[in-house]
Amino acid sequence: MIWNRDVETLDRASLAAVQRERLRSLVARIYERVGFYRKKLDAAAAKPAAVRDLKDIQALPFTDKAELRDTYPYGLLAADPREIVEIHTSSGTTGKPVVDAYTAGDLDVWSEVMARTLAMGDTTVNDVVQNAYGYGLFTGGLGVHYGARRIGANLIPISGGNTARQLAIMRDFGTTVLTCTPSYSLYLAEVGREEGMDFAKLPLRVGLFGAEPWSENMRKEIEAQLHVKAIDIYGLTEIIGPGVASECERQQMLHICEDHFYPEIIDPATGRVLPDGEKGELVFTTLTKEGTPLLRYRTRDITYLDRAPCGCGRTSVRMHRILGRTDDMLIIRGVNVFPSEVEHVLLHVEGVEPHYQIVVERRDQLDCLEVQVEMTDDLFSDEIKNLEHKEREIEAKLASALLVHAKVKLVEPKGIPRSEGKAKRIVDKRKG
Amino acid sequence: MQIQQISVFLENKPGRLASVAEVLRDNKINIRALTIADTSDFGILRMIVNKPEQAHEVLKRAGFTVKQNVVVGVEIDDREGVLYDVMHLCDQRGLNVEYTYSFVEQTSKKAVLFLRFEDPQKAIEVLGASGYRLLTDEEVRKL
Repeated sequence: MIWNRDVETLDRASLAAVQRERLRSLVARIYERVGFYRKKLDAAAAKPAAVRDLKDIQALPFTDKAELRDTYPYGLLAADPREIVEIHTSSGTTGKPVVDAYTAGDLDVWSEVMARTLAMGDTTVNDVVQNAYGYGLFTGGLGVHYGARRIGANLIPISGGNTARQLAIMRDFGTTVLTCTPSYSLYLAEVGREEGMDFAKLPLRVGLFGAEPWSENMRKEIEAQLHVKAIDIYGLTEIIGPGVASECERQQMLHICEDHFYPEIIDPATGRVLPDGEKGELVFTTLTKEGTPLLRYRTRDITYLDRAPCGCGRTSVRMHRILGRTDDMLIIRGVNVFPSEVEHVLLHVEGVEPHYQIVVERRDQLDCLEVQVEMTDDLFSDEIKNLEHKEREIEAKLASALLVHAKVKLVEPKGIPRSEGKAKRIVDKRKG
Repeated sequence: MQIQQISVFLENKPGRLASVAEVLRDNKINIRALTIADTSDFGILRMIVNKPEQAHEVLKRAGFTVKQNVVVGVEIDDREGVLYDVMHLCDQRGLNVEYTYSFVEQTSKKAVLFLRFEDPQKAIEVLGASGYRLLTDEEVRKL
């Protein structure tokens, strides 16, 4: 179901015209109201009046995460503080948190783009939405909340955690739509199975999963275990939260709500804009944001764009699911390694489940990569040689995919910490 | 003639064997014989217990990866040279032994050798025909 047919199926020329007008208005507004941007634009000798066309954006400066931290908490505010009605921040685990301050207009846009997202999973007024994203400063919980409210679905704001209760609610209230992180959905499936729940018999039919990187293979796992269609959704606190982009029911790349969030792909080293189809760093400009608008924000997410029309009828540009992070990327003996590649390999080894952890250490000046893989009933053999053979098999597959040697270590099931939110996939002992 | 054996996957780190032993103690399961095969990363604990099905279930419930498989139990005299006799026979008859471990009976001058064969059925025939007494699963449970 298409939530906003007028906008989501708008022809590309009309869409570009909308984007151009919004960009011009945005640049004028931030030059006028945000000291940080006025200095930045002046330093780049970029005059707001010189922005006449969409391609003129390429002459404008980028904004990066460090600048968001430097201006914490209110340095990027473009609205009168009295106009701000809600604040969200990132977790701030890697430094000062990133602030997103919403005006009533911003919340209206957020509700709209989240309604579009939920509708991509065919969510309607008839659905029961179990929202297991955390409520609070994290944008996941309230973002889904606003979208489900806009649609008028029956919303269960259960928030994250308390797995036993999640399962009971799912069963008792006949949840049809589940929203949470992909790793938590697998955890729910695992616990449910242990408690004898048969997901095939539940009305649950679709899951909208995001807030952490996952893979096509993990999708297959989730779909097989929970008997749902698993839809990848994408967003980030800096831009608005969830609602930036989502797959439609065809599950072929994520439609970007580009009438609000203008995407570009750049070479992370040079900042040069790359053509469609080329992998690079995803950059967003918040065309309509009032509270804390951002100009050419570098997300550090790696993906590529595709403007080919989608069979669903939406005309928006699509992005491939996130392929990696410019900063999560591990550099092992000079080779770029993305955790998503490791996961992809593991899911192609029979008997292996997607529970793994990557440990990086420096021994004798050399980077050593260890991939810990949880033992499963299918994998377990009573004989050492079979297990060692399995380790060698996985090592060989990893080596050919990563182009760098990784030692594989089998660990006991559930030996790898499962958080109820984001799974901790990487332990880098080289730092600090 | 095939005897149920329990195998448990253990990470090579302190306290893992104790946790297995704790689960068995709590469920009043007695161990007849055990052996551990290990590498630098992990080990496989193999055990003959008095209640193998129950042991399998409680260990699995405690989160361990467990497998139940079969070994052959051969009663031998507790004196020098007997292990050679058995191994020599296996060698001659082309029986591939994956691993073995043993224990000494308290009540008699006998010992029991547990052997894991590639082909347990053939091993049972060969050893039986050569005059060795093979323990039954029921006997082992009552040991």
